[in-house]
Amino acid sequence: MRRKLYLFLGLLVLASLVLVGCQSTSSEATSAPSSGGNEAEVTQAPAEATQAPAEASEAPEAKEVTVTIGFTQSQTGKYNEESSSQTQGLELWVKQVNDQGGIKLSDGTVVKFKTVYYDDESTGDKVQQLYTRLITEDNADFLISPYSSGLTSMAAVVSEQYGKIMLATGAASDSIYTKGYERVYQIYTPASRYLTGAVDLLKSLDPNLKKVAFVYENSKFSQAVVGAAKDYAEQQGYEVVLFEGYDPGTTDFGAFINKIADSGAEAVMGGGHFQDGSTFARQLYEKQLDIKYLALLVAPADNGFSELGDAAKNVVGPSQWEPSANYSPESAKAAGLAWFGPTSAEFAKAYEDAYGETPSYHAAGGYAAGLVLQKAIMDADSVDPDKVKAALDNMDLLIFFGHIKFDTSEDAHGLQIGHEMVYVQWQDKDGKLVKEVVWPKEGATAAPVYPLR
Amino acid sequence: MDALIRSLIDGLLLGFVYGIAAMGLTLIWGVMNVINLSHGAIIALGMFSVYLLFTALGISAYIAVAITAVLGLLFGIVIYFIAVHRVIDAPELSTLLATYAVNMIIIGVGTSIFKTSPRNVPLDLGSVHLGPAVVPTTRLIAALVAILVAAGLFLFLKYTRPGRYIRAVTDNRDAAEIVGVPSAQVLALSFGLGTMLAAVSGALIATVFPFTILSGGSYELKSFVIGVLGGLGNPVGSLFGGLILGDIESLVPLVMPTTWTPVLEFVLFVVILLVKPNGLFGGEE
Amino acid sequence: MSKRIQQHASLWLSLGAVLLIGIWPMLTGNALDRETAFTVLRAVALASSLNILLGYTGYVSFGHVVFYGLGGYVGFYLISERGWSLWLAILAGGLAAGLLAYLLGLAILRLRGAYFALATIGVNEAVRAFINNFEPFGGPTGMTLNFKIYKLYGGPANALQLSFYIILGLTLLVILVSYWVRTSKFGLGLLAIREDEDAAEVMGVVAPNAKTWAYVLSAVIPGMVGALVFFKNGTIEPGLAFPLNTSIVMIVMIMLGGQGTVLGPILGAAGYETMRDFLLVSPLFKNLQLAISGVLLLIIVLFIPRGLVGWLRQRYPKVRRLLI
Repeated sequence: MRRKLYLFLGLLVLASLVLVGCQSTSSEATSAPSSGGNEAEVTQAPAEATQAPAEASEAPEAKEVTVTIGFTQSQTGKYNEESSSQTQGLELWVKQVNDQGGIKLSDGTVVKFKTVYYDDESTGDKVQQLYTRLITEDNADFLISPYSSGLTSMAAVVSEQYGKIMLATGAASDSIYTKGYERVYQIYTPASRYLTGAVDLLKSLDPNLKKVAFVYENSKFSQAVVGAAKDYAEQQGYEVVLFEGYDPGTTDFGAFINKIADSGAEAVMGGGHFQDGSTFARQLYEKQLDIKYLALLVAPADNGFSELGDAAKNVVGPSQWEPSANYSPESAKAAGLAWFGPTSAEFAKAYEDAYGETPSYHAAGGYAAGLVLQKAIMDADSVDPDKVKAALDNMDLLIFFGHIKFDTSEDAHGLQIGHEMVYVQWQDKDGKLVKEVVWPKEGATAAPVYPLR
Repeated sequence: MDALIRSLIDGLLLGFVYGIAAMGLTLIWGVMNVINLSHGAIIALGMFSVYLLFTALGISAYIAVAITAVLGLLFGIVIYFIAVHRVIDAPELSTLLATYAVNMIIIGVGTSIFKTSPRNVPLDLGSVHLGPAVVPTTRLIAALVAILVAAGLFLFLKYTRPGRYIRAVTDNRDAAEIVGVPSAQVLALSFGLGTMLAAVSGALIATVFPFTILSGGSYELKSFVIGVLGGLGNPVGSLFGGLILGDIESLVPLVMPTTWTPVLEFVLFVVILLVKPNGLFGGEE
Repeated sequence: MSKRIQQHASLWLSLGAVLLIGIWPMLTGNALDRETAFTVLRAVALASSLNILLGYTGYVSFGHVVFYGLGGYVGFYLISERGWSLWLAILAGGLAAGLLAYLLGLAILRLRGAYFALATIGVNEAVRAFINNFEPFGGPTGMTLNFKIYKLYGGPANALQLSFYIILGLTLLVILVSYWVRTSKFGLGLLAIREDEDAAEVMGVVAPNAKTWAYVLSAVIPGMVGALVFFKNGTIEPGLAFPLNTSIVMIVMIMLGGQGTVLGPILGAAGYETMRDFLLVSPLFKNLQLAISGVLLLIIVLFIPRGLVGWLRQRYPKVRRLLI
């Protein structure tokens, strides 16, 4: 009995410690955003940032405003690889723009940036809670999406509920932009245009090949991609002999590989994200499946894919951006677009200096999201969300990442309609795997290798 | 036909590995009527044990599996005395929750150390041809090791003194205690053997598939299904249950979308619980 | 007479505790506080519902989240694809969950102990896997609400506020039901099942399908809560609707507070959620949050199996009537 009592007292002490802790956090929470009173005010919440420039105009000397950018990162879990690159890209932009003295608005206000982020563990369980926290407690002025379409579609709900602007990078699914959102903007080429080029590439390589299998992750993103790619392939005269999804987190592709073998497919397209795509490629190789062409989403574009060794050889993948992309002020002039920011080479060098690795397209996407926000604030000459939204709606711009222009129709507001994909392939160059751009022909750095093995 | 054979072989090879995981679960259930909800966490620990021994210490993967087995046994005995012994005679809820608490502790500590990022034991031994099937050598070895472990356990239970004690306690604990079987030690040993099997199966899975610290959960669910198929408390039945599940997983996709497999598995699971709670091979209640 | 007043006092205590959680964010006016209170109330509602089955009959449902998920899916589908109002969708979610519980109850409530627990896990996983393949509900990627729907409720901000009032209402409703069951003749019969089911049946204390009705009662409100929560979240997926872990966390909450009591699950759920919330944002404990909860659970199971309220009742017989 007495022992129980001690234990219980111990528990009570623990509980009271916890309560004291909560007390301190909740008191901070209550005192911090005095503007976040009742609901009506919350919708106008970015008060801190919006009021600042107004004050600045009263006082003519330079006033500095720090804009908070909030997002979640997959520090752990299956999206870790892609998400970390994305954050590194964004952080590089933050550092550069702050080092250059921030953005100077016409009223003399200097806008600087800081980031607040949490770990979403690659699962949807916490995303909404964390974005609510970013908005209500950390007073984020602008939001960047998490990595992946699934997580972004959850974050977007909260972001819209509180009327925040969210730049969605690493979130390609078209369906996010058909839900009536008004303040979510897509940086990537939408999923529906992800694999169509891979079909074109195949057609140019082997006009006789007819049987194609699609095996894809059951995620918002991959479904959108293969749905569109299948229609396109059928239009092009291909016979789709297998069209099947696997659950996220699948590690055993044996059943799918047996089905592919059984279907007689000569080309395989699909995949999902980095982890499952890499595993799929590895098991296809181990099972020595006799196919001529393999195009996978996301994984091949990432530098980590080369660690698979021979299993990675000659695998094709779509990429949002490659360091060899030759977007420049000159090409902007040729296309009749405004140019903004560094060239691809400048970005790639700065990224390598900062992190000691070649940037993947996820890293470039993170940087591009920052750059687009920067340009929008400059165009708006304000950090007022309504003005920034108007600037984003009007944006038609070439940056190192490519053409950026958003759909402003009511049905698909925020959908990216400017940007185009390239296709890469891991090629064996004297025993070393090198990632080459192989499609479209205009941007190719090497001729495609065919067949697969 | 080739497709059928290929799938059958794939299913059988995996089935042995699933089978020994489930043997661990049902051994514990049979001896002490405890459903070990830390089963999945221990499978995950087995995976990480091999991963660390292999990548950090450079120990050969299959020696690492053997070391993992020993660690699994000791760890199980520790768990038994800390979390289970005190509530062994309490209602089921207590042991379910006590082992689940162990699960939370392992996963919590594991997540903070290893994060939830996927890992791989980079082991490439090529592939072998078995008839029309191409099988990665690692899978073949995993199945062989699983068979050896199962055979070893069978011999241990049958021919050694502790093994006979375990069977005696399984049959009737009170009677065994009266004739002088040291029941606490026997229960602890059984629990340790159960976790050893879980750890070994995790170790073998790690040589074949990528994994995270959370991967154990799905294999734990598989073990439940297998345990019920083969009869809870019937370790040999579990081995066959494993083969059945392995082949359900590889054959069902031939006739319907692969994602329907779990629907089938769990419906089968509930139905067997209702109509034949002693398993496919068990007698009537 | 005084006994009756005191019994009602215990009801007031429970309702007061819930109201306190509900009023707190209204006083501070902080959106984050409201979000926190929402999760706490959700936890209280789910734990108290499960307690009607687990605490009063002793049947351990490890897959209780299936009712929450099913209600969520049915409600979401009706709002999103069929244009129903939130109110009707919540009722439909509860009804669907209740119906499932009734049918399941007829089949699996004859299993005892661990077999029942395993069967409930199997049911949850089977339903999850089924919905994962069920195209009308969006299959593996689920459904997302069109944002314009929130405009029907005065815009997203008002919809969030409305959701909060509804969860508060639902939680108060669970407490009333739980209290009624605890003090009614029906509830006494259930307690007899918990002590010794066979004897209870022989003695005729229990109507044959009393436990089925307890199962249904414990399922309806989780179904309603599910419909509400996913309306508020604006998106639903199989993985979010049927997380097995949440089932077990519900049990942990009940154990913390004390099973078979009205007040216990309220205290347990509120305490657990508060602790988790605190640990999650503390840089020191963030990663160990789960492990600390595990240690706490182990201590409770091993040393204080009756939970906080049960322990208080045993230790201080005088307050027994107040704490039920």
